Amino acid sequence: MTQASGLPGLALLPSALAVVLIVLSRRRPAVRETWSILAAIAQTATVAAMIPSALSGTALVWSPLTLAEGVPLVLRADALGVFFATVASALWVLTTVYSIGYTRALREHAQTRYFAAFALSLFATVGLALAGNFVTFFGFFEILTVATYPLVIHKETEEAARAGRVYLAYTLTAGAALLGAVAWIHALAGRTDFEPGGILAGQGATPAVLWGLFILCLLGCGVKAAIVPLHTWLPMAMIAPTPVSALLHAVAVVKAGVFGLVRVAGFIFGPQLLREIGAAEALAALALATILLGSLAALVQDNLKRLLAFSTVSQLSYIVLGVALGGPDAFAGGVLHIASHGLLKITLFFCAGALYVATGVERISQMDGIGRRMPLTMAAFATAAFLLAGLPPGLAFASKWRLLRGAVEAHAWLAVATLAASTVLNIAYFAPIVARAFRGGGGAPMREAPLPMLAPLLITAAAGLVLGVDPDAGARLWSLARAVAASVGGAR
Amino acid sequence: MRAHLPILPVLLPLVGALLQPLVGLASRHAAWPLAVATAAATAAAGIAGLLDVLARGTRRYSVGGWAPPWGIEVVLDPLSAFTVCVIAVVATLTLLAGGPSARATYEGEEPTYYSLTLLLVAGLLGMVVSGDLFNVFVFLEVASISSYALVASGGGPALAAAFRYVVLGTIGASFYLLGVGCLYALTGTLNMADLAARLPAATGSPLFGGGIVFMVVGLAVKMGLFPLHGWLPDAYTRAPAPVAAVMAPVATKAAAYVLARVLLYVIRPEGLPVGTTLAWVGAAAIVAGGALAATQVDARRLLAYSSVSQMGYIALGLGLGVQDALVGAYLHILAHALMKAALFVALAAAVLDGRGPTLRALRLGSRMPITGACAVVAALSMIGVPPAAGFFSKWYLLQGALAAGQPILAGAILGGSLLAVVYMYRFTEAVWFGEPRAAGGPPEAPMPLLVGLVALAVASVAVGLGNAALVSNVLGPAAAGVGR
Repeated sequence: MTQASGLPGLALLPSALAVVLIVLSRRRPAVRETWSILAAIAQTATVAAMIPSALSGTALVWSPLTLAEGVPLVLRADALGVFFATVASALWVLTTVYSIGYTRALREHAQTRYFAAFALSLFATVGLALAGNFVTFFGFFEILTVATYPLVIHKETEEAARAGRVYLAYTLTAGAALLGAVAWIHALAGRTDFEPGGILAGQGATPAVLWGLFILCLLGCGVKAAIVPLHTWLPMAMIAPTPVSALLHAVAVVKAGVFGLVRVAGFIFGPQLLREIGAAEALAALALATILLGSLAALVQDNLKRLLAFSTVSQLSYIVLGVALGGPDAFAGGVLHIASHGLLKITLFFCAGALYVATGVERISQMDGIGRRMPLTMAAFATAAFLLAGLPPGLAFASKWRLLRGAVEAHAWLAVATLAASTVLNIAYFAPIVARAFRGGGGAPMREAPLPMLAPLLITAAAGLVLGVDPDAGARLWSLARAVAASVGGAR
Repeated sequence: MRAHLPILPVLLPLVGALLQPLVGLASRHAAWPLAVATAAATAAAGIAGLLDVLARGTRRYSVGGWAPPWGIEVVLDPLSAFTVCVIAVVATLTLLAGGPSARATYEGEEPTYYSLTLLLVAGLLGMVVSGDLFNVFVFLEVASISSYALVASGGGPALAAAFRYVVLGTIGASFYLLGVGCLYALTGTLNMADLAARLPAATGSPLFGGGIVFMVVGLAVKMGLFPLHGWLPDAYTRAPAPVAAVMAPVATKAAAYVLARVLLYVIRPEGLPVGTTLAWVGAAAIVAGGALAATQVDARRLLAYSSVSQMGYIALGLGLGVQDALVGAYLHILAHALMKAALFVALAAAVLDGRGPTLRALRLGSRMPITGACAVVAALSMIGVPPAAGFFSKWYLLQGALAAGQPILAGAILGGSLLAVVYMYRFTEAVWFGEPRAAGGPPEAPMPLLVGLVALAVASVAVGLGNAALVSNVLGPAAAGVGR
């Protein structure tokens, strides 16, 4: 069911306005940052206001203009879109507060460009979350690519420039592949609407054409989703300031890729068609390989942010795995993991930034005894790390448990084994960090990062615990995830 | 006045060109405002003409009251009226933006420069509105000779480039004229409407095939279509910055328009593989031009080769000939004119500031934030990032290629985007990684330049967002009936 409403469009307004206002008040930092915070709060409130209707199965739809002949711009607040938009917007509020502490403490240059690009990235993220058809999605997806580039090269060193080049080469090549897919789908089906259960079934396309489309979609979304071997850009992009790594390279950008795969699998192809042509198995195999390889690569990292990046590579594929398995439990678990991983990984990045600002430490080998000097930060780090590994009662346990149940239901024993192995690997790369941090270092005075940085990371760590106990608390994320899985499976 | 609307876009710049030397006698400073005003009036007449055509249908105008086939006929239909608007509006903005640059280049000689540019505009617009093939040739020569002179005005290495341009351009024009001669021998008429009526009866003659090949090859030279683009890179590179800014966006477009007019509306060579050949040559142009652009170190030559690549898109669309592909090609005429104008104007700003023309020396960066931002918008349009206009022309072209069952050509369209990523990245990286603002000196480009540049960049996005209205009201009807 749908209902015409301006609310989905209104959700894009705060971030769009913020870009302009931030540039206009570039000479007054306090005003500039007020705009950022106000926009983040307004965006979160608007998105949250759409949760009840999305839960009741009524998608609010706003279609203000025609993009090209036969292709309307559609914003449609269904359960999946609202889910992702809520996660991204709520974490933007915290990241903005954190950013202010971070940029001021480090006296970062080009702060106007930084905050404006941040707002534009969130504009694109919410836009692609609420996109009602593939063309609209593609538009915001490309804007997100472009808006993130200035943040990757923020340091303007040769290394940053190289990371920026690699980032653009990967993401814009993926964009071309995705455009090919979108145009092809439109030529085949005459429309590109995201419909639960898919639109490609019964269009008379041969399996070869469907495989071609699937591969283009996989290339197109898989780069941002950091599926091995398309992940190389992500560890390199860690050169960006830490709040960027936190929100964009743990939540917005990479999840946009995963979100795209969820849309492709559940709303363009449909789980049944994917299984019929055998693409579901291929996707699952890629996801399993990525889970293991990402975790193994994380084991050997010394740079903390690079370790977190490889952990992200691994964790993102949990979501992909859920989508590939396709059963109601697995699909819901995968979708919920968008939130679990987002919340916990952003905490870990916040901690990494706090360590860097307070002590200048970037490498794990320098972290001996740092837990004595920054007990709150490291406590949050330890909490988030073990929760992310999947220990109960965390949010990641909630999502991984459903994934596991889905894998057992599907008799996918290889997936069950991989999930178990990955949990062990997660603990294997996180535990040494925590152990090192709380070993020795006695007598050093306590010196935490500034409050604007400390408060967000404590909030996200606590939220990870609370939502782990009841994943439906507050934003009703679990109900939304189940609604998504039910709608996608409902058309079967 | 309304009765004379079709001819005004040619008459106004022609009169303006003649006035320039006279006004120059009185005051040299009046040359630029007068030229911009002339171009603006031309653009206004063009827009009025387009609105008139949309409201009341195609207009046929006999110059001097002499009816065809003896008199000169001027035809304003949706396609020609649209192309007139593109050329006149973009020329107005580039003349406005190029003013400071022209002042620096042609100290004291500005009336001559503006006289030549207005003559070029008059020639291009004449090619577009002409209703018979021979007058197309006449106006093509008017446009060509003024552009040879404009390129040569750079002196030094520009003279060699201009000579090359003269030789190749004349060969192209001669081929076109030979083709016109063949068709005239066959049918005894030069009027396009008469030709369209009489040619179907004469398709068996060798003159028919020969005429078409001569015309297409001649026009391909003029529009810089790979592999006949030999004159273009040198001409755009060696021409003075303001000349390149005025010429590059529009000069090849009029030839592309004539090609579309002749192939789709006049001759319709059924049975000959002209369309297929053109589409595949276009695909080759996209890839080869893009690859060549990606390897350049000189920013001007990079933009020139990118034009070769982008003209390939237009040729591909015209060759495919299906409705969506034609719409894409027509839209790309506008999209590419806007973005290429913005890029060359940004380059002119850098040259004014003592930077460029090599990519290494470009570095606009934080010194010229607005100029840099506009260049980035144009570059994104070139790559085809939504919602810029360049995305939507490629979208229609893709739909056309897929509808025609040509996935390989669709692949070439996407491949061209990837190459554009490479060469436009090299261009924009020079813009992002700028040095800190130096003390002293103007921090930004001069105001007129900025106004023109911002207008071009904004138009690139506005055309993208508003393309549906343009397509359903103008380009769709223009392509309807001729599309396969």
